[in-house]
Amino acid sequence: MLSVAESSPTLRKTALNTVHRQMGAKMVDFGGWDMPVEYPATGGVLAEHLAVRTGVGIFDVSHMGDIRFTGPQALDAVQHISMNDAARLVPGQAHYSAMLYPEATFVDDIIVHKIADEHYLFVINAGTREKDAGWVEQNVGGFRCTAENVSDDYTQIAIQGPRAQELLQKLTDAGLAQIKNYWFTFGSVCGLKNTMIARTGYTGEDGFEIYIPADPAISARVWHEVLAAGKEFGAIACGLGARNTLRLEARMALYGHEISESINVFEAGLERWCKLEKPEFIGKAALERIKAQGVKRTLVGLEMIERGIARDGYPIVDDSGSQIGCVTSGSLAPFLKKNIALAYVPPRKAEIGSVLNVEIRGQKVKAKVVPTPFYKRPKK
Amino acid sequence: MNYPSSLKYTKDDEWLKIEGDTGVVGITDYAQNALGDIVFVELPKVGAEITAGKPFGTVESVKAVSELFAPANGTVTAINEELAKSPEKVNQDPYGAWMVKIKLKDAGEAGKLMSSADYEKYASERG
Repeated sequence: MLSVAESSPTLRKTALNTVHRQMGAKMVDFGGWDMPVEYPATGGVLAEHLAVRTGVGIFDVSHMGDIRFTGPQALDAVQHISMNDAARLVPGQAHYSAMLYPEATFVDDIIVHKIADEHYLFVINAGTREKDAGWVEQNVGGFRCTAENVSDDYTQIAIQGPRAQELLQKLTDAGLAQIKNYWFTFGSVCGLKNTMIARTGYTGEDGFEIYIPADPAISARVWHEVLAAGKEFGAIACGLGARNTLRLEARMALYGHEISESINVFEAGLERWCKLEKPEFIGKAALERIKAQGVKRTLVGLEMIERGIARDGYPIVDDSGSQIGCVTSGSLAPFLKKNIALAYVPPRKAEIGSVLNVEIRGQKVKAKVVPTPFYKRPKK
Repeated sequence: MNYPSSLKYTKDDEWLKIEGDTGVVGITDYAQNALGDIVFVELPKVGAEITAGKPFGTVESVKAVSELFAPANGTVTAINEELAKSPEKVNQDPYGAWMVKIKLKDAGEAGKLMSSADYEKYASERG
């Protein structure tokens, strides 16, 4: 039996870290976390991506963070820092949103869950846990609301794919068919009472995320039970490699790439989740200015038409070689079997069908602007 | 891991098969395993000069781009066209999925590369 290699002591670990290593996962430092990028024993990143698109895949996403808001002014506090309109949520409903700086650029993108009139939960990115907690503390002090960073309390497991509901239904008493997309409930999962079960995810497929106690023994038990229950559907463990290719095909933003402290909501094309009709929120004034002035760059989807893979950070250049834009994320799309990318380009080059040059190791390689999302799951 | 004894090896994980003054080049089992699924291979044109220790192409996995380093000095006489359509062949059969054939400048120099036993030791030290 091979010894399970130890990770660097300075990297943070989820409660499932030992399990991933026992499964022979290839581990990587992701934003200071020791995380599985793929599991070679069950096929690796391409197999994992295809499992999610055709059956079901299981992800440990416990590195994500969680901030709870409670109190008589919890809604007001949330409304002040979140760009979407949380007043539209009813208990059991969630939505995609973002916290913005006054310049209308991104602190982070988030999922806002309304648990009760005085109880909201933000799920936030791993790499921005501390920054987000600091931002919240700085900005909700004036409200009768308690904001708690409960990130370390939960192991979060994502079960994603067309067979996800069948898999999870075997393990829970909650009626999953009644939970609509972006809604959640509480139920017993693997014998654990009052577990939050959300129909959310980052893959472009149907699926669920469950939030269980971050205890290593409990987390390992549930992880193995989920994989066992999923065996008949072809379920395999999936790492961050597949997580990235899946979200890219579905045109979902990754913080630090499509959204960041220097990119605004309109540039990123996320205005659908930004409710300017709200009377007040951080970033609103800047958004109105930007809306009036227009943007200098816009996010587009690209498909390579000459041989080559556009990757994160590669320049978009005009025919004379001058840089006019930048690839934010790019890869082979394992399900679509094409090389795709998201990129910021000047609005005049953003028309569908526009042909652009991606500079790949000094060479201009042609790509065309295509509609996004690149992949949309089939309607049931 | 498999390292045929008839081949020579480099510290950059390429293998070289010497047949008279022709060299055949590919990447080792260790390399393909470390890379994971290979999705793209970029090779030089026939006629290109390659220089020992310098990059002559790239091999890409889903996540990363890796340079290919020439094991010896020479001129490219053939490239494996199959790898454009089927890069996964490198994972499936790293010693059968040759990348380039070269006319060696100096077969004697090329013979000084690592043996299979030395390379196996080197690979196992890296984990």
